[in-house]
Amino acid sequence: MTDLISSTPTGRGATERSSRRERVALLVPGLGYVTAFMAVPVLLVLSYVFFQRGRFGGVVYEFTWDNFSRAFTPTYRAVLVDSLVIAGAATLLALLIGYPVAYAIAMLPDRLRNIALVLVVIPFWTNFLVRTYAWIVLLSNEGVVNRSLERFGVIEDPITLLYTRGAVIVGLVYAYLPLMILPLYASISRLDPELREAATNLGASRFTVFRTITWKLSLPGVLTGCIFVFVPSLGNFIIPELLGGGKFVMVGNVVRDQFLKARDWPFGATLALVLIVVLAVLFFVQSRVSRRLSTGGPS
Amino acid sequence: MKALAFHGRRPLVAAASLVLAAALAACGGSDGDDAAADLDPDADLSKQSIVVSNWADYMPEDIAEKFKEATGASMEVTNHATNEEIMAKLTAGSDSGIDVAFVSGQFAQALAEQGLAEPIDADLIPNLKNLAEPATQLSYDEGNKNSVPYTWGTTGICYRSDLVDAPTSWNDILEPADENKGKVTMMATDRWLMLPAQKALGFSANTTDEDEMAQVKDKLVAAKKTLLAYDDTTFYERLISGEAVMTEAWDGWCNYGTAENKDIKFVVPEEGSDLWVDTMVVLKTSKNKEAAHAFINYLLEPENGAWAAENILYNVPNQAAMDMLPAELKEQYPPLQVTADELLEGESLTDLGEAATMYTQLVTEITSS
Repeated sequence: MTDLISSTPTGRGATERSSRRERVALLVPGLGYVTAFMAVPVLLVLSYVFFQRGRFGGVVYEFTWDNFSRAFTPTYRAVLVDSLVIAGAATLLALLIGYPVAYAIAMLPDRLRNIALVLVVIPFWTNFLVRTYAWIVLLSNEGVVNRSLERFGVIEDPITLLYTRGAVIVGLVYAYLPLMILPLYASISRLDPELREAATNLGASRFTVFRTITWKLSLPGVLTGCIFVFVPSLGNFIIPELLGGGKFVMVGNVVRDQFLKARDWPFGATLALVLIVVLAVLFFVQSRVSRRLSTGGPS
Repeated sequence: MKALAFHGRRPLVAAASLVLAAALAACGGSDGDDAAADLDPDADLSKQSIVVSNWADYMPEDIAEKFKEATGASMEVTNHATNEEIMAKLTAGSDSGIDVAFVSGQFAQALAEQGLAEPIDADLIPNLKNLAEPATQLSYDEGNKNSVPYTWGTTGICYRSDLVDAPTSWNDILEPADENKGKVTMMATDRWLMLPAQKALGFSANTTDEDEMAQVKDKLVAAKKTLLAYDDTTFYERLISGEAVMTEAWDGWCNYGTAENKDIKFVVPEEGSDLWVDTMVVLKTSKNKEAAHAFINYLLEPENGAWAAENILYNVPNQAAMDMLPAELKEQYPPLQVTADELLEGESLTDLGEAATMYTQLVTEITSS
């Protein structure tokens, strides 16, 4: 930044300055957009955290720290921890399913590869609620899964699938799987096949090739995919409600309830802030790890 | 109650609009004085137009054309999914542009207390005479000073009469017999999630007493273990499929189940229940108050009240409309036989004020337990 501002005492100074000015001018629309539509609303919401709930849903502009102490009472702490566990499990499961899928797609011939990618994305075009309700049809006691198992004599009485923690996790995995597969695919397909050939020629087993080359070089994609699945999972409130039968509460539900039921915007904003801080820490870790991976090179 | 239907992604949209509304609130409007405006009974309605905010599918689809035909005034309908959503719009501080809003009774009370509701000018609504007498004595707004009731009902237990004995007590849901465990549901929304335990313990549905609510919480935490789900939108489908045998339900919604399976029946437990009312409120900010009153008057026409009863299957406080209902309909849907006086035995839900926070926190504690 400093060398952008300091003027150079050469003959080219004037033209450089004007091109600098142009560059700054080009930044204005983008920066303006980010400021107006991202920074300002977020700051507005976050400014609420210091105020109190108005009786009928408004905000009373009297300073207080209460929202913070409330956010860390055992009730809400437990909800946060539970949400982290559920979102974490969904992310891990999405990775276990997504990695082989992404790998397989990357190995397909070009034409099939595009078809496969479209197939991954198509469910994403379907309304989120419709897809979630579909899982109710599958998992309920009278649902497709239980009926089929009964028909094949695997079980006698229906097993409880719906309204369990497992159902919530499955729902989240299903909803966000494409967000895992796409970045994984992007990073796997960029790998230089010659690296693998070289390793094989040098006598590495297939597993060693995978471990030392494919997996290691695709780690940035793995991290991106994990973040892409983890973040929306943590904030989701529809899946816990529909597939958890309202018996599992995630941070997203609590934030939603503060705005729409308790009419307590300041506390809702406070919980949202806590969530933002948690996620910011995650992003920080991710970017540090990514950088180390890309500069450190294969060991 | 219609009020609570979970409509798609609206909560998300609503949350986003709240943020915007909040931003606008900072630029704030001022409260008007409480004196009633002088309304002109001879105003030329054809020069007036109003915006009415209601729950989706809660009045006839062609209401705007018919209203214009009948009065000359034009109207536009906008929808809200929940009381909370419309309250956020109306209390945000600036002019919402809405003339008439449909809200539940306790929210009408809140609007009146905040000075946001225009006092009802009875002279402009001659059809008030169609209301059953008890509907003019509702505790959240006695004498219909600030609101006019449109539909009303109570909460009870909807059950499969071919699979279980008729329940009599809220404890049939809270502490179900062994064979019914995992086959009962309760409602997900704060006030109705609390209601069964409040009534079973003999407390008011409007209690804000911390000791009482602690007992309510303990009872509900225990009840959660035998619950299939918290559900206030699809419980009747679970009854139809037999997945649930007993559900906490609004009378009108139980009718939706009965429509598909006549073994689905409704009962109000012996400990008593609530009385909920969906009402119409004229907003103080309305610029066409004569047309707004004319609209309320129009909806109080017996055939419009009867439309609601026949299509939404709710009781309506419009006695003239109830008298018009075909006998077969009342026979098919026994909750429609409940009289106004019987409904009044239920306890009206009133606004909880500051205690709403406590309720929400307790609900979080119960559902995350």
